[in-house]
Amino acid sequence: MAEAAATLPVRSPRAVPWRRAGGPLAGGIAVLWLSLVVLLPLAALTSSAFDDGLGAFWHQATSERAIAAFKLTLGLSAAAAAINAVVGTAIAWVLVRDSFRGKRLVEGVIDLPFAMPTIVAGLTLLAIYGSKSPVGIDISYTRAGLLVALLFVTLPFVVRAVQPVLLDFDADAEAAAASLGAGPLTIARRIILPVLRPAILSGAALAFARALGEFGAVVLITDNQPYHSEYASVLIFSQQESSTAASAAAVSVALLVLSLVALVALEYLERRSVRHDD
Amino acid sequence: MTTERRGLLAMRAFVLVYLTLLLVLPVIFVFRQAFVDGFGAAWTAITSSAALDALGQTLLVAAIAVPANTVLGIGLALLLARGPRWLRAPLGAVVSLPLAVPPVVIGVSLLLLFGRHGWLEGPTASLGLTILFSWPGMTLATIFISLPFVAREVVPLLRELGTEQEDAARTLGAGSWQTFRRVTFPAIRPAIAYGVVLTTARAIGEFGAVSVVSGRFVGQTQTLPVFIQNREDNLDPVAAYAAAVVLAIIALLVLALMIRFQQRKETAWRSTPAV
Repeated sequence: MAEAAATLPVRSPRAVPWRRAGGPLAGGIAVLWLSLVVLLPLAALTSSAFDDGLGAFWHQATSERAIAAFKLTLGLSAAAAAINAVVGTAIAWVLVRDSFRGKRLVEGVIDLPFAMPTIVAGLTLLAIYGSKSPVGIDISYTRAGLLVALLFVTLPFVVRAVQPVLLDFDADAEAAAASLGAGPLTIARRIILPVLRPAILSGAALAFARALGEFGAVVLITDNQPYHSEYASVLIFSQQESSTAASAAAVSVALLVLSLVALVALEYLERRSVRHDD
Repeated sequence: MTTERRGLLAMRAFVLVYLTLLLVLPVIFVFRQAFVDGFGAAWTAITSSAALDALGQTLLVAAIAVPANTVLGIGLALLLARGPRWLRAPLGAVVSLPLAVPPVVIGVSLLLLFGRHGWLEGPTASLGLTILFSWPGMTLATIFISLPFVAREVVPLLRELGTEQEDAARTLGAGSWQTFRRVTFPAIRPAIAYGVVLTTARAIGEFGAVSVVSGRFVGQTQTLPVFIQNREDNLDPVAAYAAAVVLAIIALLVLALMIRFQQRKETAWRSTPAV
């Protein structure tokens, strides 16, 4: 009693409005709706994947065709994330430190991939770099084509992660290093990069996770040959189309697990970067 | 100093060339390809009944999914920022989950949930509802895929705002609805607007998840992105590119709104009282 009386006026200014605001009821509705829309379908997926037991799941998720698709998907997603880490940082750097006419236009263009439907992204790349390329560059039916499509859809992640950190960056440290005789490369490597690293990593992780599940941008680029140029999402799509539902579910769960691992790693990176900020 | 200047110029040149080759030129060329057989051919392709049905289907799905996710997103944001502490981490994880789930996987999940031998096959059939291969399924897939955007925009702003003004309003006798309408909502409006734009872009452009649950029936369950793939696969590039131009124009409008709301959002952040 005494304890409750002592804590009541000070500790719970938030708890009282939450109850009074009908919070528990609204919260219950929201959680129920989320469960129905998000969790129930994923539970159904997982249940179907393991319908015939763990052995059957493993057999389907690691079939030769699935392994080939996962290798292609993981390799290209990692490549896209790595290129984004470098190029995205360069873009953020130019947007923050450079000034030139038309910079605002460049700033606007960065978000284009978020606004553009993925199937349109794939088609636009084919329009210029496809088999009837007006500029004589044909990347359709190649892995390079898939990589370019992934680079298109994942472009904003690293830029948007690094930009705010760079904006907040204290230029004094740079000036101090320069006055002590450090060259621009040394400053970039020893002073700036350590500060940017968490943001670069978390942007690259987002790009990686996004690339893993990509479908629309890659489906038109190649002929999606099994074992050769078939992306993981494309494999799942063709499996559900040819009504091999069980293997579609198994490969889906495997791809989902890979994406979740990427997301958890991202969460960890974000936590760490927050700690660094403090 | 001169080497630094030269380095910066080289970097600027690289960035501009990269963005031009990857983003700008492809978008310009999609317009060119659409009108390669003249404006008339593109117009005929995009006003065919299949194309118009696809446009209608896209708008119908977005018209349901966007308001649903806006209301839900605001509710979830309030819950994440103001609700009980123990709920925040698990709820936050579920809200972000759709970002990690590949679109095709979402489609397959819905297929398995509502399809033959699925958990909800019986209940929906006994209610006389058709979910799969019809607009309700496509709408569900779109709601799933575009769920996180409003909440993820609003939560950080709500945290930044704090509860001082809301507490003050309550102290002055405002009820919870009145507090929300007169104090909280005006403050988070820029973040909501930005989230709604992101949601709309995603809802209109969604392809993987919708394609799986739609069954892709011409004139019935084709959205515009599904129509594009169908036309491209059937060697009808003019129709594919013409439809892509329609979506690209919508995307450019969305982009313009994003830039505008981004600026407003930044102003809202700056005008928040220092904590």
